[in-house]
Amino acid sequence: MTAAASTIGSTHYAEGQQTIVGYNEDVVRAFSIATVIWAVVGLAAGVWVALQLAFPALNYGEFFTFGRLRPVHTSAVILGFGGNALLATSLYVVQRTCRTGLWGGPKLASFLFWGYNAFLIAALISYPLGFTQSQEYAEPEWFLDIWLTMVWVSYLAIFVGTLAIRREPHIYVANWFFLAFILTVSVLHVVNNLAVPISFTSTKSYTLYAGVQSAMIQWWYGHNMVGFWLTAGFIGMMYYFVPKQADRPIYSYRLSIVHFWALVFLYIWAGPHHLHFTALPDWTQTLGAAFSIMLWMPSWGGMINGIMTLSGAWGKLRTDPILRFLVVAVAFYGMSTFEGPLMALKPVNALSHYTDWTIGHVHSGALGWVALMAFGSLYHMVPKLWNKSLWSIKLVEVHFWLAAIGIVLYITAMWVSGITQGLMWKAYDEFGFLQYSFTDSVAMLHPYYVVRALGGIFFLAGGILFAVNIFMTIYGAPSRRRSGADLQPRLTAAE
Amino acid sequence: MNHAIVEKSAALLFMLTFIVISIGGLVQIVPLFKIDTTVTPVEGVRPYTPLEQLGRNVYTREGCYTCHSQMIRPFRDEVERYGHYSIPAESMYDHPFLWGSKRTGPDLARVGGKYSNAWQLAHMVDPRSVVPESIMPSYAFLKNKPLHLDDLDLHLKALKSVGVPYSEEMLEKARADVEAQATGQGDTEALLKRYPKAKLGDFDGNPSTITEMDALIAYLQVLGTLVDFSEPDAAGATPAK
Repeated sequence: MTAAASTIGSTHYAEGQQTIVGYNEDVVRAFSIATVIWAVVGLAAGVWVALQLAFPALNYGEFFTFGRLRPVHTSAVILGFGGNALLATSLYVVQRTCRTGLWGGPKLASFLFWGYNAFLIAALISYPLGFTQSQEYAEPEWFLDIWLTMVWVSYLAIFVGTLAIRREPHIYVANWFFLAFILTVSVLHVVNNLAVPISFTSTKSYTLYAGVQSAMIQWWYGHNMVGFWLTAGFIGMMYYFVPKQADRPIYSYRLSIVHFWALVFLYIWAGPHHLHFTALPDWTQTLGAAFSIMLWMPSWGGMINGIMTLSGAWGKLRTDPILRFLVVAVAFYGMSTFEGPLMALKPVNALSHYTDWTIGHVHSGALGWVALMAFGSLYHMVPKLWNKSLWSIKLVEVHFWLAAIGIVLYITAMWVSGITQGLMWKAYDEFGFLQYSFTDSVAMLHPYYVVRALGGIFFLAGGILFAVNIFMTIYGAPSRRRSGADLQPRLTAAE
Repeated sequence: MNHAIVEKSAALLFMLTFIVISIGGLVQIVPLFKIDTTVTPVEGVRPYTPLEQLGRNVYTREGCYTCHSQMIRPFRDEVERYGHYSIPAESMYDHPFLWGSKRTGPDLARVGGKYSNAWQLAHMVDPRSVVPESIMPSYAFLKNKPLHLDDLDLHLKALKSVGVPYSEEMLEKARADVEAQATGQGDTEALLKRYPKAKLGDFDGNPSTITEMDALIAYLQVLGTLVDFSEPDAAGATPAK
């Protein structure tokens, strides 16, 4: 017992258990640090591309144009920041809620960490160099896709393996959502990326699908990256970190069952709402719109379950900025998932599609829901992983307000510019001619693009404070006094 | 049903989740490959010439689709602004589709023939010299990059393997076709027979080298021009033979 505890740095007592459980926290710590780094990189890239749209002189030469840098931003935030946050929290949560270490051992876990982050670095270098499949959120070329497939299968194996060797009779609800996320992403990634390389020594490939089928499969993929990567996975986070931070049980067990199955079933159908009024057959578009409307129910089911967990603990929102991150994230989730089905209605989509309204909608979800949830979860998790107190709660408070101001600036600017764009394109003068040339609608954008970039700068500033706070916690803050109830990653003696 | 059964078995939870997430995709995607009316063949649609295809690769490499759509919706304002709404057959040889999702710049589905080669060139080199309100980056460097032709046959063979009907003759003559199209010299008659309506000529104002600019402009100039919508049946009311 002593030997086991003293040789492995990451071994400690599981809460309320007499046996020693070897949690692999090294890999969780590594993913946490990567999350912080990718957050800053991805948000900074976002500010840069936002500024390029406001000031086109910021496009440099061949490698640093908006067209090549936009996927750098989207990959760094979705796959880098969001992905590392999902990996960190899912591996943290699955061990604690299953009371067991990771299946597959430390070598497989460290392959997962290095393999995933090597993929990200390679992808981010490849876009400015011009290697891209030109499919949104699936830009990496075939050789990187194969690499990611191997990494992802190892993730699925570790996660399912850990569920299988659990020491708890029930699989906790957070893990249902994490499992649905990992499993669905495997299916989406493989199907959407089937391509024929022109040769095995070339980076270039052509997708198996053409035209209508290519569009449908791409948006089946694209929308479900939102539905499973940015939604199901982050709901998994919500189901662990909201009750933990609020110190309250989940509001409704029954609701969690109903909204889980409804969400995973319905989301998959919603992709065609990205293709309204296009050359995709009408029946497919109609199905996409109908299921998007139905998604209101499970989405709000999840939101209600998260927010109502605070029943009897609302006062904590005033005093605990970490809880505020988590709860405001859930509120933004409710708002974005209200707006989404609205935009999936054909008459609304006729106006909103192709405009900045879509960009505003995406960012109310991405900044408001995904990023705030990731920040809140890391603020909760990092002190526990390093057995330190958070360096500065005050700084968390400042971060919260910087992020809030940034989001409000961003989404209001995009709502106004998007709806204006849509209306200008459709406007007729009294003689029955189109009232505006296309360039009128471009000239109109400038002030809104400046405000959007400013919103991004606020959000990035908050992200930098987040990074400072996390790194000072890890390297600067004194260790917390050990207590029996605390989960201690660095026990040296077990007696 | 007692949900505890599912919660207590990782295998059952895995299987049920897999089934539930598969249904929607199968129902929406599989029929698109099976139902003939999804893409009705239309007179005039042909594979891209080798030069146009390489130009399309420049378009995808530069991420033009992040700001330009190629999908005109059937609305009065869009049809007046851009031309006839897009029909499925027009992108049947597009691997991948480039319908786009955002119009920071205008739709390009029918930009072919709307502007001269000289305008396209000036616009690529310095967009604000011809459109003062434009926020597009400059693509002047394309003019100085010779078009990479060594693996041309590999490109066409890969496209053929995913379903683009390039004939043996098209594969054989690919290189000659690039040169004929980008210079307007050589066997242009055979080129036009293989690829009707291909635009010929020196696109970038530099006859000595075939550049990526030549390819990109050749691609832009063919967009939306292959189907003759003045024919009453063009949009596929009755399928072409």
